[in-house]
Amino acid sequence: MFSLGDLYQQVIIDHTKSPRNFGKLDPCNHDAEGYNPLCGDQLHIYLQINADNIIEAIKFEGQGCSISTASASLMTEALKGKPVAEFERLFAAFHHMATADMEEAPDEDALGKLAVLSGVKEFPSRIKCATLCWHTLKAAIEDKAEPVRTE
Amino acid sequence: MTFDLASIRADFPILHQEIYGKPLVYLDNAATTQKPQIVIDTLRHYYEKDNANIHRGVHTLSERATKDYEATRDTIRSFFHAASTKEVIFTRGTTDSINLVASAWGSANVQAGDEILISHMEHHSNIVPWQMLCERSGATLKVIPMNEAGELDLETYANLLSERTKLVGIVHMSNALGTINPIATMIAQAHAVGAKVLIDGAQAAAHVPVDMQALDIDFYVTSAHKMYGPTGVGVLIAKQAILEAMPPYQGGGDMILMVTFEKTQYNDLPHKFEAGTPNIAGVIGFGAAIKYIQSIGFEAIEKREKELLAYATKLAQAFTGLRQIGTAKDKACVLSFVLDGVHPHDLGTILDREGVAIRAGHHCAMPVMQFYKVPATARASFSIYNTEAEVDALFAALTKARDMFA
Ligand SMILES: Cc1ncc(COP(=O)(O)O)c(C=O)c1O
Repeated sequence: MFSLGDLYQQVIIDHTKSPRNFGKLDPCNHDAEGYNPLCGDQLHIYLQINADNIIEAIKFEGQGCSISTASASLMTEALKGKPVAEFERLFAAFHHMATADMEEAPDEDALGKLAVLSGVKEFPSRIKCATLCWHTLKAAIEDKAEPVRTE
Repeated sequence: MTFDLASIRADFPILHQEIYGKPLVYLDNAATTQKPQIVIDTLRHYYEKDNANIHRGVHTLSERATKDYEATRDTIRSFFHAASTKEVIFTRGTTDSINLVASAWGSANVQAGDEILISHMEHHSNIVPWQMLCERSGATLKVIPMNEAGELDLETYANLLSERTKLVGIVHMSNALGTINPIATMIAQAHAVGAKVLIDGAQAAAHVPVDMQALDIDFYVTSAHKMYGPTGVGVLIAKQAILEAMPPYQGGGDMILMVTFEKTQYNDLPHKFEAGTPNIAGVIGFGAAIKYIQSIGFEAIEKREKELLAYATKLAQAFTGLRQIGTAKDKACVLSFVLDGVHPHDLGTILDREGVAIRAGHHCAMPVMQFYKVPATARASFSIYNTEAEVDALFAALTKARDMFA
């Protein structure tokens, strides 16, 4: 059985208390809003993607639980300065980790620091908190006008 | 009647289990209450011995099912002091009851230029059906404001009332705040301008007595599942004259006397509003739940629940970083709060691992969250079977959560 400590690892608590890349990005050429109606989490992600398809800058704002805040914070850290293709690879890996079988260990080579969030799969009602920022970022990259909703 | 906590706890089989190796502490009673053995046995007995469709069979089972179903109608009539069983309409629950009134009564009585008045602390189920009615009819929805404590502003209420007001919808007891609203005076004021009043009793009905006639209530709605009864069943209790004048809500079987392709003659009250095969088992189980409440008695229930809320409130006030949401003078059974540095949703998860079940979220009352400028609250809600030791377990778990994020 996963314990609470597996979900709320120190890295997650740290990112909750001092989220990285937090705030509005101005100027930005992509942004989107995400919303989790179940818990009222609200997220706004801002991006600056350059002509070479590199995520030059990425920031987020909003309010949410520890899992959604830490997940967004870790995501922005992982993607800043990376090509958009890297987002696609990481999103797939992250999504797999969050929904995989309990026994399957997270692929730390593929995920790096993001693997600290693997505990969410033991907490079905919290998976959406961890994935909200990823869906929102996808919408930002694709310039979706409608806010993302997890339900 | 004396209040025997140990024997009440023994009546609820679900309470006696462990969650993650800790005793279950069920503090999500405002969402739904647990069911006593007598309700579970009644449902089981119905399906094992009496199951049949009602009002149509001449065989023994149908007669038994009909008798028990109709007996519940009388149990409810007497519980709420309604004038007649014709005033007791079974529905799927509070939400269904409000939609019935907004549709059937609303379509016949509300027009462009009219106003519907609801309060700031309504559950979405007492907001959205009225918004839909206003959209259909061109009427306007107005809102009675509240103060920081979570009490309605009665002065503004008086000013909002006018001959344009067709209906006032008020929650008897708020699920998000615990506030008990002063419905007696509010009803009298509404009647003085000719408005009808709908009271949302989803939370209140298990905690405070209701007298339809003394309070002169036009519409009272509630759900069985918040009163120790089954889910998916509830009631609309309304004055006979109002119901007689209303068009039916849904058409179908049981609500008719005579059908030809040219014209249908509707059935008498209460059947006019009960189209189709109802939740027969649920209604009969509802009856058992009401009798269970009666066997304890409101005097004992209110005294005990006040005691427990006072105990919890004292611990809450002493808890560093905790801000209570909802501190009305008249309130019951609900401790809604936010904790510095810990999001309610995280609290919900952390407490669950300690065996403590609470609700985290907007409690289907988003305007209340907007008022207090919080995205969500954590809510512990109490019932007759909760103990001081369980309140202690709640606060021990909260301490753990606070320490985790310290
Ligand atoms: C005050 C209030 N009104 C209405 C409802 C809706 O009840 P139901 O979902 O049983 O229709 C609830 C239940 O959450 C409630 O607490």
